[in-house]
Amino acid sequence: MKAEGKKRVWSEYQKEIADDHFFYVRSCIRQSFFPGSEQFFLHFMRNVLGKDVFENPSHTTCTGIGYHGDIVPFSTIQTVVARHFALMKESGYKNIAISCVTSFGIYTEIIETWKHFPEELEKTREYLYKATGREFDIPENMAHTSDIIYKFRNEIAANASYRLVNKQTGEPLNGVEHIGCHYSKMFPKYGVGGAEFPNVLGGMIETWGGKVVDYPERRHCCGFGFRQYLVQANRGYSLSNTAKKFNSMKPYKPDFVLTNCPGCNMFMDKWQYTIKEIEGTVYGQNGESIPVLTYEELAGLVMGYNPWDLGLQYHMVQPEPLLKKLGINYDPDDKFRTKDGRQMPVPQNLINA
Amino acid sequence: MGKYYEELMQDIRFEEGLNACMNCGVCTAICPAAEFYDYDPRKIVDLVQSGDDIEIETLLKSETIWYCGECMSCKTRCPRGNTPALVVMSLRSLSQKLGFFTESEKGRQQFAIKRTVGENIFKYGYCVASYAVSPEKHLEQGPIWKYILDNSHDVFERLGGKIDEYGGGPLRKIPDDAKEELKRIFEVTGGNDMFNTIEEHSKRKAAEMGLQFKEEGIDNEYFNEVYTANKKKHTS
Repeated sequence: MKAEGKKRVWSEYQKEIADDHFFYVRSCIRQSFFPGSEQFFLHFMRNVLGKDVFENPSHTTCTGIGYHGDIVPFSTIQTVVARHFALMKESGYKNIAISCVTSFGIYTEIIETWKHFPEELEKTREYLYKATGREFDIPENMAHTSDIIYKFRNEIAANASYRLVNKQTGEPLNGVEHIGCHYSKMFPKYGVGGAEFPNVLGGMIETWGGKVVDYPERRHCCGFGFRQYLVQANRGYSLSNTAKKFNSMKPYKPDFVLTNCPGCNMFMDKWQYTIKEIEGTVYGQNGESIPVLTYEELAGLVMGYNPWDLGLQYHMVQPEPLLKKLGINYDPDDKFRTKDGRQMPVPQNLINA
Repeated sequence: MGKYYEELMQDIRFEEGLNACMNCGVCTAICPAAEFYDYDPRKIVDLVQSGDDIEIETLLKSETIWYCGECMSCKTRCPRGNTPALVVMSLRSLSQKLGFFTESEKGRQQFAIKRTVGENIFKYGYCVASYAVSPEKHLEQGPIWKYILDNSHDVFERLGGKIDEYGGGPLRKIPDDAKEELKRIFEVTGGNDMFNTIEEHSKRKAAEMGLQFKEEGIDNEYFNEVYTANKKKHTS
């Protein structure tokens, strides 16, 4: 095929990601479970790249977990998201950076709805004005925060202290990438590489020296399933789907799992613990479990940040096997210390510890 | 087409999610719920497009519509551009509106989601916040989760969190005026009506089942029943 034709074929898999001046919206789950990841993103953008990223403390939940738990009506979530757009407009921003795949999916669904059903947009404008007196504009550019890290993956490589290479063997590390269903399965054009060739995480792994693992259930859901985890009676669904993925990836000997979505990270980490407790099964090598990282945690490690400032010790599956492979000279005594260096209690019965 | 089909058509997610289904079954092949539950999204879509009131009412009262995990994998793959998950979402909304959800074990769980995630939205401004995820009800979170909660201030401070503080930062306190705006949005857009409907029908069902029901919180027999009950056979 001629180069021009190739370019046309691939054009729909490309995504335009803004370069600067972002209105940042946080994730409920990431704030609760991986606060270090969101803080690394802001530090990297503001202090390493010198970008302008604005956070409005009045930003709230998007209610996405309630919407996908079927207790929040579509009109309600549209108006909550419209309020976020109003905060963005009032702060003078046009590019939104979204720290959560569930929220990102919600935003894409709502913006696409407004394109196809303009009366919904008008109704939402009226609802928001009536409820809050606020008015909003639709963002000019909408990126998931992993899109932005992907965009600047070469800058991270240029600032790298480590490559995703096994220090002892010199071989690239095997990374499983899990992009999360709501990133691009609903509206492929909003994701880097669309639904067929998603490259947002794979691009990071390859740029930073690793090898992406291809395995049969690579695109299978992590198993969150919203109500299938939120309600205790349903958690077998969640656990079973995670087990299906791990059984499928195990023969390919992953050194780490890289996740896009807050929920996926939590489940792929915590269900490994649960499965080990229930039946003794582990999915890594040498009797170990596979560390599950956010893209900020991986970027931070590559750039030489202290793993304990990134929050890697607060997963169930501890990262030491990966740190050793990377040749990172970490300080075990600093692991459970406070910001000012005071020793905290040491938690027991963690995985890989 | 029957009255339920006409009601479903009022939900734009239904209008968007259902064109003509040709019964190819690709949605079922890709579906994580079909993998483990006695669940077949192809059959749901086919039944709904028949427009038969009796069949749809049976569906609205069934366990079936509550098996979907809303991963939306079906949207990517349907060759007709349907989204079975959107059809299911509109069925769930209608089931709640009509009070049919309390007729199934899985449907009754909506009360538990309302009393947890739903209440969190108003109380904290978050759907999920660390302090609302109790280790006792989330054993799979493991010992690290109890540790994080027991040492919240120190853990969050080192990682840049602002737990229980106003201003920017992870898990900051959401200002009261922002939470008030959320409440007003729920009031104006029908969110409160949905919550009240779930409460009202759950209270009726609790009485019917002879279980204790309290107007607030999760410390009551009905909550514990719907949160943990797994008495019916759900797998194929």
